[in-house]
Amino acid sequence: MKLPTLREVGNEAKLLLIGIPVFIWTMIPIYHMFLFAISPKEDAFSGKLWPDHPTLHNFHIVFYQEHYFLRDFWIQFWNSTVIALSAGALTLFIATAAAFSISRLKVPGGRWVMNLALFTYFIPAAFLAVPMYRTMGNYGLLNNHWSLILAMVTIASPYAIWVLKQASDKLPVELDEAATMDGATTLQLFRLVYVPLMMPSLVAIGTYAVLLAWNEYLYAFLLLSKDTNITLPVALGNFLAADDSPWELLMTTGFIYALPPAAIYYAFKRYMVGGLTAGAVKS
Amino acid sequence: MAITLSGDQALPGPPLSSRLTPAQVWGILLLAPYLLVFLAFVVYPVCYGLWLARAPANYVALYNDPIFARAAVNTLIFLVIGINIKMLIALFLSGFFAQQRTWIKWLSVIFILPWAVPSIPTILSVRFMLNPEWGVINHLIFSFTGDDGPNWLNDPTVALTMAIGVHIWKSLPFWTLILITGRLAIPHDLFEAAEVDGASWWQKFRFITWPSMQTLYVTCTLLSMIWTLGDFNSVYLLTGGGPADLTHVLSTLGIRYLRLDQLSLAMASIVVAMPLVLPLVYFMMKRLSR
Repeated sequence: MKLPTLREVGNEAKLLLIGIPVFIWTMIPIYHMFLFAISPKEDAFSGKLWPDHPTLHNFHIVFYQEHYFLRDFWIQFWNSTVIALSAGALTLFIATAAAFSISRLKVPGGRWVMNLALFTYFIPAAFLAVPMYRTMGNYGLLNNHWSLILAMVTIASPYAIWVLKQASDKLPVELDEAATMDGATTLQLFRLVYVPLMMPSLVAIGTYAVLLAWNEYLYAFLLLSKDTNITLPVALGNFLAADDSPWELLMTTGFIYALPPAAIYYAFKRYMVGGLTAGAVKS
Repeated sequence: MAITLSGDQALPGPPLSSRLTPAQVWGILLLAPYLLVFLAFVVYPVCYGLWLARAPANYVALYNDPIFARAAVNTLIFLVIGINIKMLIALFLSGFFAQQRTWIKWLSVIFILPWAVPSIPTILSVRFMLNPEWGVINHLIFSFTGDDGPNWLNDPTVALTMAIGVHIWKSLPFWTLILITGRLAIPHDLFEAAEVDGASWWQKFRFITWPSMQTLYVTCTLLSMIWTLGDFNSVYLLTGGGPADLTHVLSTLGIRYLRLDQLSLAMASIVVAMPLVLPLVYFMMKRLSR
């Protein structure tokens, strides 16, 4: 075995000098959330960096809804799930159809629609929230899950269409031509050739849209307000409004709420990073 | 195949259906769902909102509202200071993460976490850490110095700084990731040649890395500006706009007016931001849609 030279040791030390602060900076809020989640109430506020008696009791309280703040926890969890999956599915459907239409069928005006979509992508979401909130009221959709689902589809679709169109443009035209020669109809071309070839991008976009809707706070907070129709992030925000909130339970709920996206992210990391970095900034 | 007749312009065109190929009809049908969403949830709301905000009185009222002026200044601080600090750190860290080490690979997996987890629990977590009475930070300050720590979120300057910190915490991984991709695209032999010539790390950065990444860096900064303008969570969840409405930014201010049932003021506060947003959007569209 070769011993490292002094210079190599020095380089490694320099890297550690960056790596350790980066690790601490990244982990502090997440660790703090975890610490509250495993601390009994008397330990949570003591400022200790590890509780004397770590416990999973808080999770038990949340799962069995043993605190009046958590009455509707499972309903809210279900709301979050349904809204995220519906928004993801609908975005995927709308964006795939649009990208196929623009890129493969060369529909007249398609490019125009693309640019309009891009324009929406760049309008800050918080700015669109104000007029959208009011028009959801006009449509009679306030406090209805559809309002949030449709708002999320509106926000996710432009980016989805754009990424999918970039990917579609890379598919060879010959495939379409060959399939058409063999007598495939447009729909068969879409279903049997296009969708299977686009699978990796579709996974990336589907994941993106699901996570966007699951994580969304602002639109959920504006559009939904009944205890039984709100999503988890809104429920978490409502904890703040009370003076006597059980913070350790809030952090436990937050931890449970943060787990699915983290898990999904790591499960689909391969697709996500590729899709997002390719899509976000074209260098 | 269309049959071309001379003087064909003078004749009324054939009906639309016969001019379109079946593929194009499908194209329109498949594009229709998105167009419907766009018309119903972007065009109509925006036009309606602009119509509500049309009266000049709204802008006079905004101009006279000290909270608006403060929010505008806060937004500029957020954009100019926050984003530049964030992008510089991201540029620096992209160099760190581009190093080939197993432990750095593992660290990069952890480093992505702030971006992968939703903002609300983590921002609330920071909010609890900064609690003046029982927050962990003031506990630590007390145990080291015996003095009570500051009331972090009670001073607008400190509170805004903390909100910028939260924003950086949340979005740093994404930009670092993008810049790593940019760095990895630089041909490696350029660095090897420079090393043979005895270039220092600064020279390598100055003459190889920066020129190759400059465009990407500027694009990222501009895109980040647009997104930061829409960042509602960092401020709202950390400070709620307080103390005394002094830490609002334009995105939380619009929502504040909305909650106070002043929709036309809410819209007006967004319209006022448009001279800043539209050039950025225009630039980004030009970059991305070529």
